[in-house]
Amino acid sequence: MAVEVSKEKYRSQVREVVLGATKEEGGTRSHTVKVGGETALPFLHFEGEMPNRPVVAMEVWDIVPEEWPASLKSYFEDVYDDAGAWAKKCVEQYGADLIAIRFKSADPDIKDASAEDCIATLKKVLGSVGVPLIVYGCGKSDKDNSIIGPIAEAAEGENLLLGVAEQDNYKSVTSAAMAHKHSIIAQSPIDINIAKQLNILISEMSTPLLDRIIIDPTVAALGYGLEYSYSIMERARFGSLQGDRMLAMPTIANVGHEVWSKKEASISADDEPGWGDQAERSMAWEATTAMALIQGGMDILVMRNPRAVELIKKSIDDLMQDNS
Amino acid sequence: MGLTGLDIFKHLPKTNCKVCGFPTCLAFAMALANGKASLDACPDVSDQAKEALSSAAAPPIRLVKVGAGENVIQMGDETEIFRHDKRFNHPTAVAIAVNDNEDVDAKVDSINGLVFDRVGQHYEVDMIALVNASGDAATFKAAAEKAAAKTNKNFVLITQDVGAMEAALQVLAARKPLLYAADKDNYEKMTELAKANGCPLAVKGENLDSLAELVEKIVALGYKELVLDSGARETSKVIADMTQFRRLAVKKKFRTFGYPAIAFTSKDDPQEEMLQAATYVAKYASLIVLKNAKKELLLPLVSLRANIYTDPQKPVAVEPGLHVLGDVNENSPVYCTTNFSLTYFLVEGEVAATRIPSYIISVDTGGISVLTAYADNKFTAEKIAKSIKDLEMEGKVNHKKIVIPGAVAVLKGKLEDESGWEVIVGPRESSGIQKFAKAQFA
Repeated sequence: MAVEVSKEKYRSQVREVVLGATKEEGGTRSHTVKVGGETALPFLHFEGEMPNRPVVAMEVWDIVPEEWPASLKSYFEDVYDDAGAWAKKCVEQYGADLIAIRFKSADPDIKDASAEDCIATLKKVLGSVGVPLIVYGCGKSDKDNSIIGPIAEAAEGENLLLGVAEQDNYKSVTSAAMAHKHSIIAQSPIDINIAKQLNILISEMSTPLLDRIIIDPTVAALGYGLEYSYSIMERARFGSLQGDRMLAMPTIANVGHEVWSKKEASISADDEPGWGDQAERSMAWEATTAMALIQGGMDILVMRNPRAVELIKKSIDDLMQDNS
Repeated sequence: MGLTGLDIFKHLPKTNCKVCGFPTCLAFAMALANGKASLDACPDVSDQAKEALSSAAAPPIRLVKVGAGENVIQMGDETEIFRHDKRFNHPTAVAIAVNDNEDVDAKVDSINGLVFDRVGQHYEVDMIALVNASGDAATFKAAAEKAAAKTNKNFVLITQDVGAMEAALQVLAARKPLLYAADKDNYEKMTELAKANGCPLAVKGENLDSLAELVEKIVALGYKELVLDSGARETSKVIADMTQFRRLAVKKKFRTFGYPAIAFTSKDDPQEEMLQAATYVAKYASLIVLKNAKKELLLPLVSLRANIYTDPQKPVAVEPGLHVLGDVNENSPVYCTTNFSLTYFLVEGEVAATRIPSYIISVDTGGISVLTAYADNKFTAEKIAKSIKDLEMEGKVNHKKIVIPGAVAVLKGKLEDESGWEVIVGPRESSGIQKFAKAQFA
């Protein structure tokens, strides 16, 4: 007997956002990366389009990441002192689609590095890789607000993805993106209404930016409330497809940042014998968190462990196979 | 196809007696049509009406049980497509494959050893999937004997050879294993075997169409304890088929697919396999059969299952109030956090690991986490101050110092004003507590 397959038709779709800019477009990237554009829920190719596969950004720091467990640090030991070489290794050896630079050194409690120092690092990375870049500050908003303008100016036209705008602190980064032709990460605390509200606030400063916003819905790691993030993703994506244009942005998740601070990532098998080998478990923790998020509709995963990146990319290959 | 609420209403007694818990027979009929109520709740329904309504009264996905006695695994009985609408009821069971021609004792021993404890939950592998890899009935039976002697876990018996299935059932019938599988060639005999032994039966098609045909043939033979397999093994195809099972059963009331579904991984690399299985946990599998068994990979998988199957309407909470760790005295540190169980257990674990006897106040945030509760005004200076007072902390310690989570450092000033206590801002993540405590209290 022929089963009548159930296909959902949606009114709307996720906005498509282009990251990076080539020479012709005013930047220096070897290619751009498109994200978003979905017309159905993730990987349901039988009822809609998923024109752009989810992509993986790998993190590059401008200081030695002392707090990373040795099993993770060991991958990058030869490149810690050179952000350019680190980025190159991520792209050429580990297949990163994007590079996410974190200007940790700018933290007043670490090195209190200046905007000029950060710009020098950024230039190095721009010179060493051709992929589009994501830029994060040190995470302390006063300092980040003071360096984001000069950084954005120094890379004018590159269409960087600038992090992060928040509900009570979005003006500096929005101005920087507007003035110097970059895209922007709008971050909200696991709350769909705040996500929407923030997009409205940004669009009030600049309507054209609406097509250059990436939502960071804030994710939790596996075992630490991941289900909240998963459901927020599903609901937001559903809302986008049903026509909520202020929610219909592609999304980004700071997977590595959440996972690698957790006990499951670092505790040894001697201390938790039931949990098995630390190196493999921590890698799997990051990969599983990422997998759950792409099932909810995540478009950009910011990750750290090269094997987890490899596994996720392979899984995405499988998930992108036509299933109509 | 299911009936509409009005179709059902015609068969009800129309007494509006309210015994079913609904204000009117019509309201009850609507609930039945949506699979949200059971016809048993009506005291006056006639047998004739029962017969007519049995299909509409049943849940959209049948509850199928594997195992006997107290050791039963329930599958199916799902009513939702998205977990945020209402909880997914029966978490995906994990089975590990054991071939009958390998060292069965050793493999079952290793599977028995896969036990984990994490944030107050105990996990183990749910089932053994015994595979007739030898193709020989006697070997299959011998393997069933060995495995049965080694474990109390439930079984999936994997063979399409009726003779081999019969042989293994001589050993395991009383434990009500899942029989995998009936196919287009063996279904009559397999159904007979399942019926005679009261065991659930998996049905394997070659695609959705052939599966539907086969299920209807088996139902026509009078058996409904079924589990679905469309035969797909590629990740993307499995997701598409699982989505169809769930949608057609829940939204279209298509009874033929109203059964729990089984998924098999196709990847040989253990890490790739685990991620493939993670996909199926998120996308509706009631049972997954894995080839590999490694603690470090199963722990993330079962943790994901716990996340996906958490009730979205009921945050997992611990008892709010004062928790005492170790042999406390008037100098012991006082920490505070929310009563969200994940947060609380993490903080408790880390505070215990400091080996400094301590108090932890879990503030009643309705079971939500620190930042979410803060954003929602459920973790406020007023509330913490009230907890300090209500719990009479001033009579318990003589230092008037309280540690708050680093993520809500912003509460410090207000809490000091409200409580008169000195507020120490702790680390942002619980993983920093040991280092913090060493510096502050050692």
